[in-house]
Amino acid sequence: MDFEKTLALHNLDLKPLSVETLQVNVGKLCNQACKHCHVDAGPKRTEMMTRETVDRCLEILARYPEIGKLDITGGAPELNDHFEYFVVSARSLGKHVMIRHNLTVTLDPHPVSGRNMEHLPDFFKQHNVEVISSLPYFQSAETDSQRGQGVFEKSVESMRRLNRIGYGKEGTGLILDLVYNPVGAYLPPEQSAIERQFKDELGKQHGLVFNNLYVITNMPINRFKHFLERADLYESYMEKLVNAFNPGAADGVMCRSLISVGYDGTLYDCDYNQMLEMRVNHGSSASIRDFELDKLLGRQIAFASHCFGCTAGAGSSCGGATVKS
Amino acid sequence: MASHYETKDLAKFGDIGKNRKHLWDKFIAWYTEATATEGALTKREKSLIGLAVAHTVQCPYCIDAYTNQCLETGANMDQMTEALHVTAAVRGGASLVHGVQCRNIVEKLSM
Repeated sequence: MDFEKTLALHNLDLKPLSVETLQVNVGKLCNQACKHCHVDAGPKRTEMMTRETVDRCLEILARYPEIGKLDITGGAPELNDHFEYFVVSARSLGKHVMIRHNLTVTLDPHPVSGRNMEHLPDFFKQHNVEVISSLPYFQSAETDSQRGQGVFEKSVESMRRLNRIGYGKEGTGLILDLVYNPVGAYLPPEQSAIERQFKDELGKQHGLVFNNLYVITNMPINRFKHFLERADLYESYMEKLVNAFNPGAADGVMCRSLISVGYDGTLYDCDYNQMLEMRVNHGSSASIRDFELDKLLGRQIAFASHCFGCTAGAGSSCGGATVKS
Repeated sequence: MASHYETKDLAKFGDIGKNRKHLWDKFIAWYTEATATEGALTKREKSLIGLAVAHTVQCPYCIDAYTNQCLETGANMDQMTEALHVTAAVRGGASLVHGVQCRNIVEKLSM
């Protein structure tokens, strides 16, 4: 079950290709505590990116025009006090900004300050950011079992508000994407097939629309790994991932084209490595304060057994399958 | 006595091809195309049919495989349960429809 040996067996040498995206995790605070969350995020987490670190990220974005995209994640990133400053500043630099938005954060009060968050859809529209939202299924039973009681109903209401102002609708340029992940220890369906089902069912049952659906494989780390271990499913799940290894999917893994930044400014190959505290390995300081693109492009990407999650079947990344059908 | 059915044995299915491999190769090519590809039916619809048949033939390996395949093609528990009711209804109906034979015999024997 050695990922690097598997790569060698298939004559694959996965070197970084570019840094198109700076993916920034601005904190672990979340209004939800989903059972599969690889961040172990929740309402009691206190880790938060400071304004100073946000400014360092903005400096990097300004310095390197080739980094065209900023992908802001968490936790629920909107709960960071500097979130809106970060978005506005990155947009003024001309960057494409993506928000990993859990939908319910618009309707729940801020878990720490109690602040009302209902302005978020208008804020997103005003700054023309791409909204990427997790919704593991088009029915309440499956969604709520993974993300908490009542989450599906709130997610539908939140999507309705986004649709009302143009998100997800053809011709508006306002992009609303959904993210599917399995509600258990199995692989995701083929992306275009499940996207068709979601579009049919959410349209028919709730009159909702969205642009694209991305499928993501559950990563065998943190909270999901604990579930697998408790249910005595860890070995069989890993076996499933290993048996489904796809060299074509491996070629397109996201760590080859992004750098992930932790809440404290530490640099990683991806958000999963970040949660496992596997820093970038490029013979230099792994801090946003010492960010040097040339050195990072020459780094050796850090792999471990969880990487089989990104290479199984049609592949998995923050942008969905890595092999497009 | 050890159980005849062990979960881990499902992974040994391919061992059947260790003998008369050409027969196995033909079977698996046909099986894969019939059950696991998009065609006039979607892969999800084929998975639900497979689940229904698996319960009809009451094969634990098939039930395991097709339950997983249903989940991995995006089917939900409502759809899977309806497939099982189709299985049960057809099986029940198959018994009941033979009541016609019973009635025919009674009719023939009765004055």
